[in-house]
Amino acid sequence: MREVAILGTGITRFQEIWDKSFKRLGIEAGLEAIQDSGIQGKNIDALFIGNMASGLFIRQEHIASLVAEEVGLTLNNTPAIRVEGGDAAGGLALAQGFSAVASGIYDVVVVGGAEKMSDLPGASIVDTIASSVDQEWECFFGATQPSLWAMMARRHMHEYGTKREQIAKVAVKNHYNGSLNPKAQFPFKVTLESVLASPMVCEPLTTLEAAPISDGAAAVVLCSLEKAREYTSEPVIIKGVGMATDSLALHDRMSLTTCNATNVAAQRALNMAGVAISDIHVSEVHDSFTISELMAMEDLGFVEKGKGGEAVDDGRTQLGGDIPINTSGGLKARGNPLGATGIAQAVEIYHQLKAKAGKRQVDDARFGLTHNMGGSGGTAVIHVMEAV
Amino acid sequence: MTIPRFWREIPIRYNLVGSKCPLCGTVFFPPKEICKICRRVSIDQMIPEKLSGRGTILTHTTVHEAPTDFESQVPYHLAIIELDEGPSVLGQITDCTNGDLAIGSRVRSVFRRVSEDGVSGTIHYGYKFVLDHSR
Repeated sequence: MREVAILGTGITRFQEIWDKSFKRLGIEAGLEAIQDSGIQGKNIDALFIGNMASGLFIRQEHIASLVAEEVGLTLNNTPAIRVEGGDAAGGLALAQGFSAVASGIYDVVVVGGAEKMSDLPGASIVDTIASSVDQEWECFFGATQPSLWAMMARRHMHEYGTKREQIAKVAVKNHYNGSLNPKAQFPFKVTLESVLASPMVCEPLTTLEAAPISDGAAAVVLCSLEKAREYTSEPVIIKGVGMATDSLALHDRMSLTTCNATNVAAQRALNMAGVAISDIHVSEVHDSFTISELMAMEDLGFVEKGKGGEAVDDGRTQLGGDIPINTSGGLKARGNPLGATGIAQAVEIYHQLKAKAGKRQVDDARFGLTHNMGGSGGTAVIHVMEAV
Repeated sequence: MTIPRFWREIPIRYNLVGSKCPLCGTVFFPPKEICKICRRVSIDQMIPEKLSGRGTILTHTTVHEAPTDFESQVPYHLAIIELDEGPSVLGQITDCTNGDLAIGSRVRSVFRRVSEDGVSGTIHYGYKFVLDHSR
């Protein structure tokens, strides 16, 4: 198996972008990544696109061909593959691109992630986001994705004495980081009081604890490490990949306070990379809700189960803390265009490992981790990256 | 939702019928074709299992931002309930106020209208739960 490097990245601003279509967003991120990497279109062997629900959001399936055509890759009949796995679609696409290069099947691939959410009216967006949880045995009874995370939050508080404020502080921290990210959807700070006082979504979680509705796209160019050395003296490689599933329906899981898919995927990725979680200098985790990040801190192994709230209180996950998480602002403040999120996470870690993260730079970051998750935890994908 | 999609699950949703693996005794709801523990050897062996509908609240929430079919019901209560026979289910808790709900509360299932497909579409019935004060 070959070592795989990230050669370049591109990302659009994440927000409700009314004047740009799905296609336009995908192209913008893709072209930026290609220019950043220095490769040419004729070198691209394949295109992988992570996307959760284009059929429901914009009534368009078969999007891989659509995007390939728009950037001229259909003239070369370049293969283009869409990957779906709820909001873990981006991470899964990255893992597929990695496998394709690592195996030697392809030399250079572009992996993109894109979602256009705002072309649907508000209530239909709630329904579409809920399509990544169990339609028959959760949604039929009125469950939504926020309602499932709210029930995990309530149970976590019950089992471990986690405090309401500790959970909400995750949003305060991510908004602070977002305020340092020019591409963030919400580049401004919020206070703990305003998070707690914002409108209730599903008790106990409020609006300011939920990732927003976003349009956006992100892309990376992958190639073998050997080839990457022709372009750069400081490559970033994908050192480990771990994927895992768990029951789609929350109530079928072994525990309501552990995302087992996250836990197992992390072990797989760390084993492959040959590093321990304590070696990781910076992480992007899937904070679709505040509680999601708090649980992920525990499930990834950064802190003991039940100690997430305490670690938040102690500021350990802030910039300057010993386990900085979501320096980009996370899904909460950077934005969460579902299928684009897993790639956006990789873009942030790439920038951190290249020491190009500006005001949110983590000093001497050598190992980074991304954690992308689908629905309420039915899928998890972890990538471990290293600056070599 | 098309009528067949709702209709095919009626026996399960109206009567809380799950399935039981005769090999390891695990009960599943909704019913599974294959026991996820015994797998291959359980093929064609699974037997229907009517559940009592009694159980305990593991966690709960009150929904304020609802999907389209449930907007008229806001706020409503959802819970994950561990049924006495083993499996857990998600359902609405009805006929109660927010303050009545607690982790550990006993509940029993009732047959109720769950949602409807617009003004002239199918009415979806199924189980909900109420607090069980019988013990």
